[in-house]
Amino acid sequence: MKVKEQSNKNVMNKKRIKNILIFSLLTIVAVMFIIPFLWILSTSLKPESAVFSLQWFPETWKFDNYLKVFEKIPFLPYLKNSVVISLLTIIGTVLSSSIVAYAFGCLEWPGRNTIFIFIIATMMLPLQVIMIPLFIMFKELGWLNTIKPLTIPAFFGGGAFNIFLLRQFFLSIPKSLLDAARIDGCSELRIYWSIVLPLAKPALATVAIITFMFAWNDFLGPLIYLSEKAQGTLALGIAQYAGQMNPEYSVLMAASVLMMLPIIIIFFMFQKYFIQAFTMSGIKE
Amino acid sequence: MMTFIEHIKHPLKRRQALAGYSFISPWLIGFLVFGLYPICMSVYYSLCKYDVLRIPQFIGFRNYSDLLFNDNYFWVSIWNTLFFTALRVPLVIVGSLLLAVLVNNAIKGVKIFRTIYFIPSIITGVILSSLWLWMLNPQYGLINSFLTYFGIDGPLWLNDPNWSKPSLILMSIWSLGGGRMLVFLAALQSVPQHLYESVELEGGNWWHKFKHITLPLISPVLFLWSILEVIASMQVFIEAYIMTKGGPLNSTLFYNLYLYNKAFDNFEMGYASAMAWILFVITLIITIIQFKGSKRWVYYEGEGAK
Repeated sequence: MKVKEQSNKNVMNKKRIKNILIFSLLTIVAVMFIIPFLWILSTSLKPESAVFSLQWFPETWKFDNYLKVFEKIPFLPYLKNSVVISLLTIIGTVLSSSIVAYAFGCLEWPGRNTIFIFIIATMMLPLQVIMIPLFIMFKELGWLNTIKPLTIPAFFGGGAFNIFLLRQFFLSIPKSLLDAARIDGCSELRIYWSIVLPLAKPALATVAIITFMFAWNDFLGPLIYLSEKAQGTLALGIAQYAGQMNPEYSVLMAASVLMMLPIIIIFFMFQKYFIQAFTMSGIKE
Repeated sequence: MMTFIEHIKHPLKRRQALAGYSFISPWLIGFLVFGLYPICMSVYYSLCKYDVLRIPQFIGFRNYSDLLFNDNYFWVSIWNTLFFTALRVPLVIVGSLLLAVLVNNAIKGVKIFRTIYFIPSIITGVILSSLWLWMLNPQYGLINSFLTYFGIDGPLWLNDPNWSKPSLILMSIWSLGGGRMLVFLAALQSVPQHLYESVELEGGNWWHKFKHITLPLISPVLFLWSILEVIASMQVFIEAYIMTKGGPLNSTLFYNLYLYNKAFDNFEMGYASAMAWILFVITLIITIIQFKGSKRWVYYEGEGAK
């Protein structure tokens, strides 16, 4: 009897020690992941003279750095461009990928599956191969230094991956629901708009978040198409400032914090969709 | 053909077919204009001398032969990119898998840790680069300040040709680890518990469980992500463009950076187009090798039944 109790106790102790070890390991890793954020926040609030010291809490908090951002980078015009480009890209992508996905998920027509497989195959298209001809095409169209190259393509298809993602979701909508609407005389456009889209909100949110992350952070697109300074985006402005010989790190970090803010807000508001968007797409680069 | 005629005859089906074709038309137009046409033009440009200002001048395979035989930087950029990929892909995958194993423990508050590990994944591109430019600053950056605290002289990171690529890989692990962790965690959690119990009954320890149960069952996920990771690594650009501009001593002159310089600094569009196709072929070859190799280590359920 006593022996058994003793061994039970041993097992319990072993488990507790193991748990403590795991917990410490979890904490150490957590610190490594989170500390850079505190570090940029701290740097962004330091006077430039204190930036070069390992001091977490500066003696004087300098919110001036955030004001300086507006001097060093044409922040407001760039912010406006980033917002407009992101919004238009989201609208275009969500509308066009959902309507195309509707054709694959909710309608029956000859050739449907073949074309769907073909769309999936286009995901293999290497970006750098089409980048140069696209640049030349947009140049000949007179679209350079406008937001057109960054927004208009989104309205035409919205990306193979998004079509795929929405189609998978649409397939789970009961056929009987759509057929009932058809018998009532609803047009397909009407069914798409008033029945399928409202049901697909979670999937649409995921697509919108993927698109936002892509458009907001996009660097190569603006770099190539928006060479004139007045037309830049936040990503471009910050990159230019970071690329200078001696950027003021406090200002650079303040600018980064500002650009990061919408992403962090969206992350905490829509955590579930955000994580879904990431684990499903994995498109981060 | 039969089905097509059936569709045309039946009014309801005809209506659906018509709607189907019109609903995919945005994609079709987009594909023709922003996909197919550029691809064809890219093949053509790659056979031309083209500086945008004058019309393309056909020169056959000169760009390709110049790249392969007369351009040292081309080979430098290939070496850099392959080295970077060969180091980054396994490190990111093993790192994320370790994180997933760690947060797969049933411990109080583990969900909070998962969220914390994921947060760096939301930072990408330019912000990520400028943040790490500062983190890796050899004199005042957080990492070297921390090392100095323990009396260690940190390396020069991005300023040292031997450390520049490892620096970028370190950054990748921080920024990608949490996102990949969630993918692998989902795979770990889908492994049926009773399989572990049967290993325990036979007296196996955690290593046996990992090697004989976990690894085979999550190998399809590992395989898929190793392919995606290779493709992404071969495309590395922003980090090098912003943080190092290819230096020091061309140690971070990655393929796409060199391609960008050729295309948009020198306006050698034909040459750059040829480069793009070579990268595509290299990436394709690596992917095919990965697929062939996968037969030896990737386990698909139901295969045994065949």
